[in-house]
Amino acid sequence: MLRLMIAALAGGLFGAGLLISGMTDPAKVRGFLDVFGTWDPTLAFVMGGAILPMAIAWRVAARRKRAVTGHDLPNPPQGPVDGRLIAGSAMFGAGWGLAGLCPGPAMASLGFGGPAFVTFFVAMVTGMAVFKAWDGRR
Amino acid sequence: MESDWIAGLIGGLMIGGAAAIYLLGNARIMGASGIISGLLDVAATPAWAERAIFAAALIATPAILVRSGMGDASPAIAGTGVMILAGLLVGFGTRLGNGCTSGHGVCGISRMSRRGIVATLTYLLTGGIAVIVARMLGWS
Repeated sequence: MLRLMIAALAGGLFGAGLLISGMTDPAKVRGFLDVFGTWDPTLAFVMGGAILPMAIAWRVAARRKRAVTGHDLPNPPQGPVDGRLIAGSAMFGAGWGLAGLCPGPAMASLGFGGPAFVTFFVAMVTGMAVFKAWDGRR
Repeated sequence: MESDWIAGLIGGLMIGGAAAIYLLGNARIMGASGIISGLLDVAATPAWAERAIFAAALIATPAILVRSGMGDASPAIAGTGVMILAGLLVGFGTRLGNGCTSGHGVCGISRMSRRGIVATLTYLLTGGIAVIVARMLGWS
């Protein structure tokens, strides 16, 4: 039960943060990526603001064995930088630049964004399902 | 402009705070693309319920804020065809690369993960190129 309450708290805070920060505004995202146009640095503040508490959290996690709910804290593997990481991130970035939406803000916009945002979300989930089918058959 | 930066910083601290709560509370890494694609595995496991609750709160909270006048809905910048293409790229790409802005960007960079840093530099680069290409093609 505590686990679900923490998930709700984290999801709600994430959604509110995405809205307040401007990440759910595609024009703002485009403005940040538009380095050679009229660059809007807002998203750099978002990124910096988000990394700060998380950097502290990783330091706390390194000194503890278990999370509040008793589960073992993840010891994230330092995996290799491979072709999948680069190709996948390159595809993701292309889509992010075209629509000004990444997965978190796309989901956060579902309740207020309107049909264009729902279209993007459905296409995104379809892309995830296509990957699953493709990856499973390899 | 400066007020946008302050809002960005405050919103960013909230995003990072949420990721910190998820890590230290539930021992989970807060990656939006992983959580969304995990919902496709419709098996009634505790992990699925946790993702579903996270997603429900993620959708409901900003919707309530917008509806009560404490935030603004923003217009899309692309037409339907481009939205579909972009969505497919984001969906397939985040699974192939195993992460997006929250997982690689926020959770990866904050622990100086090489994969997170390389992924973030890659999607920033192709994102910048996509903005230029979209403008040249008259897509946005």
